[in-house]
Amino acid sequence: MSGVTSLRPDLKLIADWIAPHSDVLDLGCGDGTLLAWLAANKQITGFGVERDVEQVVRCVEKGLNVIQSDMEYGLSQFEDGRFDEVVLSLTIQAMHNIEGILQEMLRVGRSGIVTFPNFGFWENRWQILTGRMPVSETIPYEWYNTPNIHFCTVNDFDKLLGKLGMRIDEQIVLHQGEQVEFLPNLLGSLALVRFSRA
Amino acid sequence: MTRSNSVGIVTAQKAVFDQPITLSSGATLPRYELMYETYGTLNADASNAILICHALSGHHHVAGKYAESDKAAGWWDNMVGPGKPIDTDKFFVIGLNNLGGCHGSTGPSSINPETGKPYGSAFPLVLVRDWVETQARLADRLGIRQFAAVIGGSLGGMQAMRWAISHPERVRHCLVIASAPKLTAQNIAFNDVARQAILTDPEFHGGDYYEHGVVPKRGLRLARMLGHITYLSDDGMGEKFGRDLRSGEYKYGFDVEFEIESYLRYQGDKFSGMFDANTYLLMTKALDYFDPGRHFGGDLVAALKTTLAKFLVVSFTSDWRFSPERSREIVKALLDARRPVSYAEIESRHGHDAFLMDDEPYFGVMRAYLNNIAKEIAA
Repeated sequence: MSGVTSLRPDLKLIADWIAPHSDVLDLGCGDGTLLAWLAANKQITGFGVERDVEQVVRCVEKGLNVIQSDMEYGLSQFEDGRFDEVVLSLTIQAMHNIEGILQEMLRVGRSGIVTFPNFGFWENRWQILTGRMPVSETIPYEWYNTPNIHFCTVNDFDKLLGKLGMRIDEQIVLHQGEQVEFLPNLLGSLALVRFSRA
Repeated sequence: MTRSNSVGIVTAQKAVFDQPITLSSGATLPRYELMYETYGTLNADASNAILICHALSGHHHVAGKYAESDKAAGWWDNMVGPGKPIDTDKFFVIGLNNLGGCHGSTGPSSINPETGKPYGSAFPLVLVRDWVETQARLADRLGIRQFAAVIGGSLGGMQAMRWAISHPERVRHCLVIASAPKLTAQNIAFNDVARQAILTDPEFHGGDYYEHGVVPKRGLRLARMLGHITYLSDDGMGEKFGRDLRSGEYKYGFDVEFEIESYLRYQGDKFSGMFDANTYLLMTKALDYFDPGRHFGGDLVAALKTTLAKFLVVSFTSDWRFSPERSREIVKALLDARRPVSYAEIESRHGHDAFLMDDEPYFGVMRAYLNNIAKEIAA
């Protein structure tokens, strides 16, 4: 893919987790930036799933396989164990059935990767303390126009995976593209979790 | 669409095949003719050819006009032309009239060389796979080993699918638009009502109406009116006609009162004046019989595993004749068969007819997909 040389830091970290020649499913793949990069640099084969037709057109332009579909209705078009990696990047917080999609991810794939804005980030906590709903770099919407309906903290998400019988294989918390090692649930604004069946 | 991106004035051509063809039904045609048109230029290695397969009432006149004074251009002129999604500056595009048709290709209204009279009831039923075989012979004739793409909407999409299954090595890309893997009972039911309208017309004469100097116009008209209802959506029809009355008030009779009645009768009259009833019967049977999984133990996935093409499947939200669910069945079968596929489900109020209409996202998907094909064959 010409022109795609550098990826956003969070997408680059997702890409680092994905082995060359993997079968990858990217849920809510947007314009296909990640899949196109993976195809060009890691020779992956894969599919994107995207609801918005404009984004579907962008994916088709990049020569990607993309299925226009609303994943709220599940991933029934994909058979069990079809993929090595299933990615859900910055989308889960806008979905209704969180448990359902996590289970579907590990039904169709061996390993899942989810990224989400960390509601436990200190700036969010501070804005709540001052009596306001948080608006920040990773949560850029006002309360009345946000598509986000299910916020969680890093700790909350880890707990849900445990409840669903899933295991965290890797976890990175970022702020402004930099990795946060110290007090990540407080100092990180964006979480990346790679998980599989426990 | 501006005139400047039209293919301009075109001429239909006729290919004569003297080599007999044995059809799926077991019947044999000793010779046959196919009408076709081409647009654009075949490149040196014959790698830029696209075949357009037509739907129930379609034909070879896909784009352009025969004369400046023609009122209407070809049936897919909005899609096919210089700078259009199926770009004739890049591709060599072929449209043909299928065997059994009534626009110049050998069909029930053609003269049967054995009797010197029109075939009529003697014309054999033709299946989608038979069409594909005759199309393959036309491709041979034109020096095309492999199509860059085979494209079709509705019944045309079925032919595209059949191509990918019957001749995997001859299809690089298969574009299946507003189609289905096979008809439902409801689809077949609609087709049968249409056929019954024709078959029970007193002027049908068992299919040999030509020699009686009549045509079963009433039957064909009803069949077309019924068809038209299923090609539009409830919303689309409501939006276009609502309950509008032609004269503004009730007349308390059975003449045309509502605009929708006027529209359907007009469409029925127009169609029954120019289409052959036997061809209509034959086309609807080809639809009913289409079931590519049948020879694979009823398994569409097994059928599609034999394909080598990349697929683009497109459906339209308000299409209830070939609904998005049916396209998703094709997509699921392709995914299970581990074939490359992209799928777009276009928001539209135009029902099944949407595949013939201008629509920015639909054309955007087509343009993007076909641009990549052009790049691929140029590489």
